[in-house]
Amino acid sequence: MKLTRRNALALGGAAIAITLVPVNAAFAATDATLADIAAFTGGAEVGEGGIELTTPEIAENGNTVPIEFSAPGARRVIILADGNPNPGVATFNFSEMAVSEGTTRIRLAGTQDVVAVAEMADGTYTQVANSVKVTIGGCGG
Amino acid sequence: MAKARVKVPKSATAGEVVTIKALIDHKMDSGQAKDKAGNLIPRKIINAFSATFDGVEVMNVILEPAVSTNPYFKFSFKVPATGDLVFKWVDDDGTVTEAKKTITVK
Amino acid sequence: MNTLNKTLTCTVAALTFATALYASETDVLVINEEITIPTSAPAPEGSPLDKVISGWSFRKHETQALQMDDFDNPSFIFVDKASDQWTKVEGTEGKSCASCHEDVEAFKGLRTVLPRWNEAKSELYSMENYINDCRTERMGAEPWKWSKGKMTAMTALISLQSRGLPMSVKTDGPVEPAMKLGKELYYTRVGQLDMACSNCHEDNYGVMIRADHLSQGQINGFPTYRLKNSKLNSTHARFKGCMKNIRAKPFGQGSAEFKALELYVASRGNGLSVESPAVRN
Repeated sequence: MKLTRRNALALGGAAIAITLVPVNAAFAATDATLADIAAFTGGAEVGEGGIELTTPEIAENGNTVPIEFSAPGARRVIILADGNPNPGVATFNFSEMAVSEGTTRIRLAGTQDVVAVAEMADGTYTQVANSVKVTIGGCGG
Repeated sequence: MAKARVKVPKSATAGEVVTIKALIDHKMDSGQAKDKAGNLIPRKIINAFSATFDGVEVMNVILEPAVSTNPYFKFSFKVPATGDLVFKWVDDDGTVTEAKKTITVK
Repeated sequence: MNTLNKTLTCTVAALTFATALYASETDVLVINEEITIPTSAPAPEGSPLDKVISGWSFRKHETQALQMDDFDNPSFIFVDKASDQWTKVEGTEGKSCASCHEDVEAFKGLRTVLPRWNEAKSELYSMENYINDCRTERMGAEPWKWSKGKMTAMTALISLQSRGLPMSVKTDGPVEPAMKLGKELYYTRVGQLDMACSNCHEDNYGVMIRADHLSQGQINGFPTYRLKNSKLNSTHARFKGCMKNIRAKPFGQGSAEFKALELYVASRGNGLSVESPAVRN
């Protein structure tokens, strides 16, 4: 196939989609992650849907893992890495001018779930979690 | 001195959604790693990034040490009119790095 | 072959099936949606390989994507820094790179022929040697360390001028002894793991070594930004890394041994397009 920059991440996303299972069923967050989510939401209930998170199925190196999210209409989005020493990664705040999406590169200490929680315009919260395998290489890693 | 790179379209139509990329040269010392002598390297990261259009904030990011070395962000926004997009990165030590690009609405 | 090595070979064989999960040779490298760079070429004469394949083809799509746009490729922050350095006057002679060379574009093609024989110095020269000669002899400035940031940034800027051109180092004439030494080093088993370059990069490229997808070990993308250490890496620094991985005592960066190995490895990739500065894991 012809790989373009645009479809490269989408491909990764497609691979994830197959293995992705509903958030609350598969995602057992650590206390630290739950505390960060509670601090973000003020303890409000967190639903599902309305937020997409694209991550590699297998990251070639945990030092630089590309991630991408889209949560149309969200005012704030927090990214958490459930298996890191501290789960916090980044919090995005969007004005009305901005499209509620973002791409960045993050550090993952090992195979784990990456969680994105969004605060929507109506004040409700929604979340998504993806599992990312981080390989410790023979030589390249 | 941290070096920043930004990618901003020179022109757009009014209301067009444009994609912006920003990258800064920064080690992002997490405070978890040790040096060769076994001493913890103190935390020193870019802790905040923002983009402001003609004085109005478009978006901002609060960064934690889990953002990779040479922090990279891609985002999109709707261009209201001709104006300046100002980027700002804040280091733990208080240093602020800025970049500015003009978008012209035709 | 010792026991460790046998175990390694078994592991490699057992994991071969995983290759299919990875990017394939049919992926096309297009940079900035306009520059198509061939990532394989017919093997040069005398090569033990059927064809030569860029390390880009062995990486996963997410890593490949980072090299497909000069903004997404973090190497370019260092290329930018080198561009600033290019016009910076340093040393006792009041000169910058630009004082003699004006535009860096003049170096188009240079990357494809290095390392090469320097007649005046009667020595094999890598790009780093030329840069440091300029600094010490023309500028009256301090030389840079072989693999430190300023050097790798400058070799990236100069190598970039040759991006897309095929590698074509000379292998005959005065460099013949260096070629011979390089080849000997390539095939000699060393270190506690008793391995040669060829064990991975000739006999087993395309298969997995633990979680890594082995490439042919081509150097057409160097200096290269590695996700592992988030910086530009010189060819010699990569050689050093390999030697440490097989528990061998590495040669010095800039040593006659590593320059000879650089020439020999470059010659194995003759015909492959320059990708510098590339992105690898």
